[in-house]
Amino acid sequence: MKKDIILAGVGGQGIISLAAIIGLAALNKGMYLKQSEVHGMSQRGGDVMSNLRISDNPIYSDLIPCGQADLIISLEPMESLRYLPYLNPHGWLIANKAPYVNIPNYPNLDDIYKEITRIEKHVLIPADELAKEIGNEKVVNMIVLGASAPHLGFGKEEMLDAIRQMFKNKGEDVVNQNIQAFEIGYNFKQN
Amino acid sequence: MNKLLLLGDEAIAQAAIDAGLSGIYAYPGTPSTEIPEYVHASKQAKELNIVASWCANEKTAMEAAIGMSYAGKRAMVTMKHVGLNVAADGFINASITGANGGLIVVAADDPSMHSSQNEQDSRFYGYFAMIPVFEPANQQEAYDMVHYAFDLSEKYGLPTLIRITTRLAHSRSGVIRKEQVRPQNSLKLPEDLRQFVLLPVIARRNYKKLLSLQDKLEFEAENSGYNQYIEGTNHSLGIITCGIAYNYLMENYPNGCPYPILKIGQHPIPKKMVKKLYDSCHEILVIEEGYPLIEDHLKGMLNLGKPVHGRLDGTLPRDGELNPTLVAKALGLPATMGLPIPNIVTPRPPVLCKGCPHNDTYLALNEALKNYSKGRVFSDIGCYTLGALPPLESINTCVDMGASITMAKGAADAGLTPAIAVIGDSTFTHSGITGLVDCVVHNSNVKIFILDNFTTAMTGGQPSSAYNRLVDICKGVGVPEEHIRVLKPLPKNHEENVKAIQEELAYNGVSVIIPQRECIVTLNKRMREKFKKQTV
Repeated sequence: MKKDIILAGVGGQGIISLAAIIGLAALNKGMYLKQSEVHGMSQRGGDVMSNLRISDNPIYSDLIPCGQADLIISLEPMESLRYLPYLNPHGWLIANKAPYVNIPNYPNLDDIYKEITRIEKHVLIPADELAKEIGNEKVVNMIVLGASAPHLGFGKEEMLDAIRQMFKNKGEDVVNQNIQAFEIGYNFKQN
Repeated sequence: MNKLLLLGDEAIAQAAIDAGLSGIYAYPGTPSTEIPEYVHASKQAKELNIVASWCANEKTAMEAAIGMSYAGKRAMVTMKHVGLNVAADGFINASITGANGGLIVVAADDPSMHSSQNEQDSRFYGYFAMIPVFEPANQQEAYDMVHYAFDLSEKYGLPTLIRITTRLAHSRSGVIRKEQVRPQNSLKLPEDLRQFVLLPVIARRNYKKLLSLQDKLEFEAENSGYNQYIEGTNHSLGIITCGIAYNYLMENYPNGCPYPILKIGQHPIPKKMVKKLYDSCHEILVIEEGYPLIEDHLKGMLNLGKPVHGRLDGTLPRDGELNPTLVAKALGLPATMGLPIPNIVTPRPPVLCKGCPHNDTYLALNEALKNYSKGRVFSDIGCYTLGALPPLESINTCVDMGASITMAKGAADAGLTPAIAVIGDSTFTHSGITGLVDCVVHNSNVKIFILDNFTTAMTGGQPSSAYNRLVDICKGVGVPEEHIRVLKPLPKNHEENVKAIQEELAYNGVSVIIPQRECIVTLNKRMREKFKKQTV
């Protein structure tokens, strides 16, 4: 198996912990992994992305070549579009529907949704709303991860194991909240 | 075998700990910060009593490392590429003194300027100093090279330079550790106690020794295994790669590259290996992250030999970092490409955080300067540089660490009075104090804002050497006490702060205004930790 994944969002939204969970699932299967991150100035509310590459075979480049990403997973709708040149023609685009508006000229939301739904394989998930429904706004990224999971190439149990590992030091409550959020995303059906 | 998942930065740090490091010195700077941070947080390093120090600037860090090497122990000093400019005096002269205990300098370059003012290539500094330079291609090599670089440093009594770039620094991969952790050196002074005395008579002798070692260093580069000649079947092209450029090449040839490759990871340039490639191939392509150092050497001034392609002839872009797609194009391979970015996608530049004290300071400064002509605010390097962007547009310059104060002085001398300087607390102790001395000595009409948020914020909240010392430092340097004004930048204090600033603007002389409030990011982090402790 080989998956090239672009994780996108705005600095501070928590894409690194998403990458860490997928990375754990890959390491548990003895896969190779490379994950490049953004540190420094861009973290201050700017656009950020992480390249996550997992494979059964050794990986050379830390960066994904244009047109070869299997998935774009984005915690923000406009940010999902910024990396379209990297997506392969049959790749999945999974985006959170809730915008992060910290610029004065944020584009019209419907135009953004229109661009996203033009992609052949897409999931546009109202993760912020779903998180509010269960009264836990901290798990938005876990809901988006759940929605991505069917396309990551891991079994559901493998993903749940990685989540348990990731949060085990924070206690059973935190583990269960994150699993609950993951399930909501996993069971989300696009209209 | 137990693999650790490490950033390139962390691989260097773990390797140093495992290789018998006694001390690491640094001023934080992207993309190098995670090297010392890892050692600071390492339980193993604590148990081994390894000294980990945040220093006032890269020069003081460099000199502390040279001092530890003098005392016979292994030392590492880390910095971003522009930090090596600050440390250059000590760095270049350390190649003349030589090392005693193993000494490694790590410079992390930032091609494409993700978080920097330029994309200078630190390998040139290595050649300038005439010491071995390492360019790891991946996290494992970074780990392994640290051990070898310490060995080489002690074998020849020279400092060594490890040069990495952003992508390796900030990318994670599995790293296999060496099974044995080496013991630290014991205290042992140089056999010749005048080795580090660079009086001309001694420096001339040391310099001749450095020159005489060059052939040996090249021999090491030919034989260490970090420069590899990989034979190919198609000799129409020979390829030289440096550091991580090798990965981008091989990404394009998953089943093996048809052309012979010279993979370079250690300098000085292994000339015999280069000649072998040059003689056996019709044309040469040089792929290097950074400036065209090897390409330029190979071409020579007149470019009379075989065709040499790379950044200089446009086969690869002249600036910016490389990636697999650019390398595919350079090789004439069909590059894959997704869809274009839709036009509605707008840039999202970084911004000051919500609740950031700098925001309140700038709002007050903007209002206080309302009646003055624009273009008189000289600033510096830190989060507050974002004050150049809309909506604040408060500052007019950002050149190098500390330049706000000294540039304001020069502009004031030219008649632009009052000239304003805006500098962070950590940047002030890094390189601002000496500029303040100049201003006081000449009684320049400058208004210096030291934005005191109690931390080095931009790089993630490392301790600031200025903490609790700013007023005393300014008094000690000779700023009149009544013109050192400490403000609290909060929206509710806006009117009061504007008034204080205006009073200082009206004074003809040196004023220091210190808006003082904790960085909102470190404050939130502190509160979270406090809450966690209370609930446990």
